[in-house]
Amino acid sequence: MKNFSGNVLFLDGSDINTDEIIPAKYLTENSKQALKPYFLEDIRLEGFNARRDVEGKNIIVTRANFGCGSSREHAPWALEVNNIHLVIAESFARIFRQNMFNCGMMAVELPARTIDDIFKDFAHRETYLETDLDKSVFTITADGRHAKIPFSISNFDRALITTGGWVDYADSKY
Amino acid sequence: MGKTIAEKIFDAHRVDNPADDVHVIRLDAVFCHEITTPLAIHDLVNRGKDRVFDPDKIKVVIDHVSPAKDSKTAMQGKILREWSRRHNIRDFFDIGRNGVCHAIFPEKGFVRPGFTVIMGDSHTCTHGAFGAFAAGVGTTDLEVGILKGVCAFRDPSTIKINISGPLPEGVYAKDVILSVIGRLGVNGATNRVVEFTGPVIDAMSMESRMTLCNMAIEAGGTSGICSPDRVTIEYLWDFIKDEYASKEEALEDAGRFLSDADAQYDRVIEHDVSSLEPLVTYGYKPDQVKPVREMESIPVDQVYIGSCTNGRIEDLRVAAQVLKGKKISDSVRGVVSPATTQVYRQAMAEGVLKIFLDAGFCVTNPTCGACLGMSNGVLAEGEVCASTTNRNFNGRMGKGGMVHLVSPATAAATAISGFITNSELYKG
Ligand code: SF4
Repeated sequence: MKNFSGNVLFLDGSDINTDEIIPAKYLTENSKQALKPYFLEDIRLEGFNARRDVEGKNIIVTRANFGCGSSREHAPWALEVNNIHLVIAESFARIFRQNMFNCGMMAVELPARTIDDIFKDFAHRETYLETDLDKSVFTITADGRHAKIPFSISNFDRALITTGGWVDYADSKY
Repeated sequence: MGKTIAEKIFDAHRVDNPADDVHVIRLDAVFCHEITTPLAIHDLVNRGKDRVFDPDKIKVVIDHVSPAKDSKTAMQGKILREWSRRHNIRDFFDIGRNGVCHAIFPEKGFVRPGFTVIMGDSHTCTHGAFGAFAAGVGTTDLEVGILKGVCAFRDPSTIKINISGPLPEGVYAKDVILSVIGRLGVNGATNRVVEFTGPVIDAMSMESRMTLCNMAIEAGGTSGICSPDRVTIEYLWDFIKDEYASKEEALEDAGRFLSDADAQYDRVIEHDVSSLEPLVTYGYKPDQVKPVREMESIPVDQVYIGSCTNGRIEDLRVAAQVLKGKKISDSVRGVVSPATTQVYRQAMAEGVLKIFLDAGFCVTNPTCGACLGMSNGVLAEGEVCASTTNRNFNGRMGKGGMVHLVSPATAAATAISGFITNSELYKG
């Protein structure tokens, strides 16, 4: 199973699309690893610089409709090869969300209010997030501040994470 | 309680419910192209699962970068070719016989009312125009589709958009769908099926319905869907005539996949297009739309006519009607990519290609081309394109380029003037 705890990268914008996550011109790459340096290359967010800000981060916290646009699974792969296995957002585009769980990674939705609070309280600090899958709770920590945030994912999504993804699940079951 | 088309299709295909709101459904068709499928093949081979569930239900095309532009894209084609051969996939469309996936597969009669279809491509929602449930998926879902012929979806709750008119002259399916996306927002139909109904849809050709359903994903929709009717049966008749005694019988059979009058919808939206004007996008999101009239001073460097949205014969005919006897502006590069080999042939036979050439357009082979800035027609930094495609994302047609989405009529008029312009077909 993948690791769902680590340092948080805040992306303060809605509708971040898969072309921004990984531009189309890299779709000819035949290995996941080759995508690593191009992650978030074309995104334009105030104060954000991909070269500077991605390194050492393991979790993304962002706003609504993350991963919209093209169906490319290169988007979750670009996250994966950058050691980011968990995205927390107000909402996701359907295909992106499914792709994440299909790869054994997590895309977790939280209410807009909660996301807002996380941004307000933590976005400008070095923030660490711990995932407790058994209890379904995130613990966020920065500068001695803590917040415990419950989340829920379906049993099916949980099965995908624990079996390592949809291919093995489906091949053994159907 | 009544059911929607999508619910009826799910009922007819359900294999399992691994969670209350998750349905694993059996697939009638899995479509493949050379950008997303090689990765699925690669992974299946690595897992020791290089198998296909049914070679006759897998349809393959090379369309995105065709002809190959470099060694990497050549390799993507090679992987797909060899895989198709290895598994006896007979419906494989290589260069010279190919076309943009969402244009060629319907043209070959591969989509029928009540079908379930997936493809590793977000615009797979196009095929819902036939009364099918058709959804874009990622590589892993595609892999499982290829291997087992199943895919998992959440509840197909549906937004019904009832479109009333009449549609004004010179206003097209593209303008209608841009207006719908403008109304729903890029996130407005996420995890929902978008069912298009009403008199305007009833009067539309299959080509126009495909244009409409094609962009359901730009509002986040899982699949667009139109009720199968006489127009659908007429379009498919050559492919299904051996299966039915008459068109009436085929129509009756397709009637199994019509929404009930008392079906439950997530939302019902009344959308009146009787005073709709031609529209154009102005930003980097497809819901940022304005009347062309308000954008008429914007100069463009390129005009692109093509893609799975608007590269069909009907689209080329409308553009040619505008271009006939005219020359495009010296400041504009005009590029047209007929969506399929058949569209190309037909446009040639009808004299449509000659009109494009005489006007000063570059006519390319059938391919996705400039639509995704991976092969030809790429914009330079700071350049602007009026395009009949479906995505205006930042960088889509080349880093630093700007794309304005328009109908073929607006694209043609814009090519002539050099500025975003309403066509003379619009009398408003
Ligand atoms: S024409 Fe454009 S949108 Fe359509 S399948 Fe090709 S790349 Fe995708």
